[in-house]
Amino acid sequence: MAVISYREALRAAMREELKRDDKVVIMGEEVAQFNGAYKVTEGLLKEFGPKRIVDTPISEAGFIGLGIGASMLGIRPVMELMFWSFSYVAFDQIVNNAGNIRYMSGGLINCPIVIRGPANGGTNVGATHSHTPEAILASHPGIKVVCPATPYDAKGLMKAAIRDNDPVYVMENTILYNDKGEVPDEDYIVPLGVADVKRVGTDLTIVAHGRAVITSLKAAEILEKEHGVSVEVVDLRSIRPLDEETILASVRKTHRALLVEENKPFCGVDAQVAYLIQSKAFDELDAPIHRVSSIDAPQIYCKRMEDLQMPNVERVVAEALKVLA
Amino acid sequence: MAKPAVLTHPESLKRPAGPSEYAKDPVNASMSKADKIALYTKMARIRHFEQRCIRIYQQGKIGGFLHLYVGQEAVAAGTISLLGKHDHIITGYRDHGHGLMVGMGMNECMAELTGRVTGCSQGKGGSMHYFAPDKNYWGGHGIVGGQAPLGTGLAYAVKYMGLKGSCLAYMGDGAVNQGAVHEAYNLASLWDLPVIFVVENNGYSMGTSQERSTAHPGCLAKRAEGYNMAWDVINGHDVYEVRAKTAIALKRAHEESKPTVLEIFTYRYFGHSMADPDKTYRDKEEIKEYREKKDPVLAFEQELLSEKVLTPELSLKINEAAMAEADKAAIFADESPDPTVADITKHIYWEEDNRGPKTTSRGTIIFE
Ligand SMILES: Cc1ncc(C[n+]2csc(CCOP(=O)(O)OP(=O)(O)O)c2C)c(N)n1
Ligand SMILES: [Mg+2]
Repeated sequence: MAVISYREALRAAMREELKRDDKVVIMGEEVAQFNGAYKVTEGLLKEFGPKRIVDTPISEAGFIGLGIGASMLGIRPVMELMFWSFSYVAFDQIVNNAGNIRYMSGGLINCPIVIRGPANGGTNVGATHSHTPEAILASHPGIKVVCPATPYDAKGLMKAAIRDNDPVYVMENTILYNDKGEVPDEDYIVPLGVADVKRVGTDLTIVAHGRAVITSLKAAEILEKEHGVSVEVVDLRSIRPLDEETILASVRKTHRALLVEENKPFCGVDAQVAYLIQSKAFDELDAPIHRVSSIDAPQIYCKRMEDLQMPNVERVVAEALKVLA
Repeated sequence: MAKPAVLTHPESLKRPAGPSEYAKDPVNASMSKADKIALYTKMARIRHFEQRCIRIYQQGKIGGFLHLYVGQEAVAAGTISLLGKHDHIITGYRDHGHGLMVGMGMNECMAELTGRVTGCSQGKGGSMHYFAPDKNYWGGHGIVGGQAPLGTGLAYAVKYMGLKGSCLAYMGDGAVNQGAVHEAYNLASLWDLPVIFVVENNGYSMGTSQERSTAHPGCLAKRAEGYNMAWDVINGHDVYEVRAKTAIALKRAHEESKPTVLEIFTYRYFGHSMADPDKTYRDKEEIKEYREKKDPVLAFEQELLSEKVLTPELSLKINEAAMAEADKAAIFADESPDPTVADITKHIYWEEDNRGPKTTSRGTIIFE
């Protein structure tokens, strides 16, 4: 096992898949010569050359659409969005074309594209650059969405995404890029649709995804040390497909659930998770389900306020205590 | 097919800065001594404001992105100095220079960068999202190219209301490859809208040189021909030339309600944003060359010295005053309070901020 960063894990996944399958192509703004705006693709141009690692103009609708078209003929494009916030100028391609082509062709056409890039707040860049569209995109049947929180999951999910025959949208997080973790040396994937219990506990289930998992794990430490509460943290990893069984199994054990996500609350991922729990494990619950999400407003620029707008350890601890009260 | 305006080949723009052949152009010749000094002062203020920002960023007081305008001052200064009551502007995220030009104060601009409630957007927008609608400045937009249709819409509104005005919609050389820009070009021409698309061509979009991003290298403005629009290219190191040629486009907007694409050749001295180490995609020599031979602020200073409008003493005074103003703004930003948690959910909906008997919607609109 090597200890590598989340960024290196993503790069290793792409590198291995580029080697394994010559249909894999990496495309995006600044991915080649500049080595990636966030250096995720660093060194790939040097190793694989300009046919496989391609710099694009600032034309998201154009190049993402091009990737979708190429994928229909069997190319396996891995498209980088500098931020998922910029996907909004390519929404038609991402949702209407990639998400519907298989269905509308009666299963005749596949769309094995991966679109990846950071989707997070917390970096003091204001409303236009801080979107977290996993819930919006996962609400469209035909699309798969994953949100890795650790280097291990980042690598495993990215490799699974590249091998998948459907459009898979990988939402990364710039704040996690430098986080380090153990990653196996041998080839592995993390299958889409398998949640992971990141911490075992008995009194409360916290369900989270993306960086909210890291926040929740820190909160769980405090809850244990300062309040004597044993918290289980379920990392969804994949939003669609969703691992319903792992969520339900945990709730059946702890009988209490707190859902944490960095999205805004309305129609967030956790709205669906809350529905799932009450519909399939209602009798197991000893308390109402609570949620912690970002304060319902466009992302504020002021860093001090943005840190309060987003779920933080203090807010998660406070809300957990309410569920336990 | 509309006849393109003046056709200047970009090669001719590469001449070293010297006395401007546009000094005698009517828009420049008609400037009073005080007008010229005021224009120079504004350029110097942009320069010193931006340089003060670098220090504040390095002190960790500005986070996120900070895109500097140093080197490009003559573009905002030249174009905006011509505008009247019904002329509007809108730009991308490299928006500080435009803000200062329309008359925003250094205090509100600096305080916005450090996220203070005294900032122009009350700490909600940040560097990329300056706004001053009372000064006909409609932002400050973070998504590349997104402002082009908005600028076209502002021009539409001006025309709709029967006003003799225009909108200048600025963008970078990388932005010309966004679909929204092309759709805006077509609408502007199809509907005869008084919009001027100003392409600030500083040679790079982040780490990508213009040649690597854009088919039709050398002259982006010519794309206007495909949309039956007039166009021109401008040496953006010479504020007199910027004024002279922009005036033609403005006249076209005001008198004929027709759009124009202006491509203004300029250069940024610092990285794309402060996060860009600026080490890989261009030569240090290239930056030096521009700084030493084509600097728009120095060039205009030289121009005014030779016209005997400026004296070295006056120039020094102007520059010192601008530096002192920037220092004061930094202190103002430091001493200003943050927005509060309650402020986070303000300014989302007009309705929510104006609850009363006249508001018509019901139901939960901000969620827990
Ligand atoms: C739709 C979209 N894609 C990508 C970005 C990221 N981005 C911000 S600025 C920029 C480069 C733009 O270059 P240019 O248009 O030449 O303007 P300049 O920065 O040189 O002023 C990029 C890629 C963005 N903000 N919006
Ligand atoms: Mg540029």
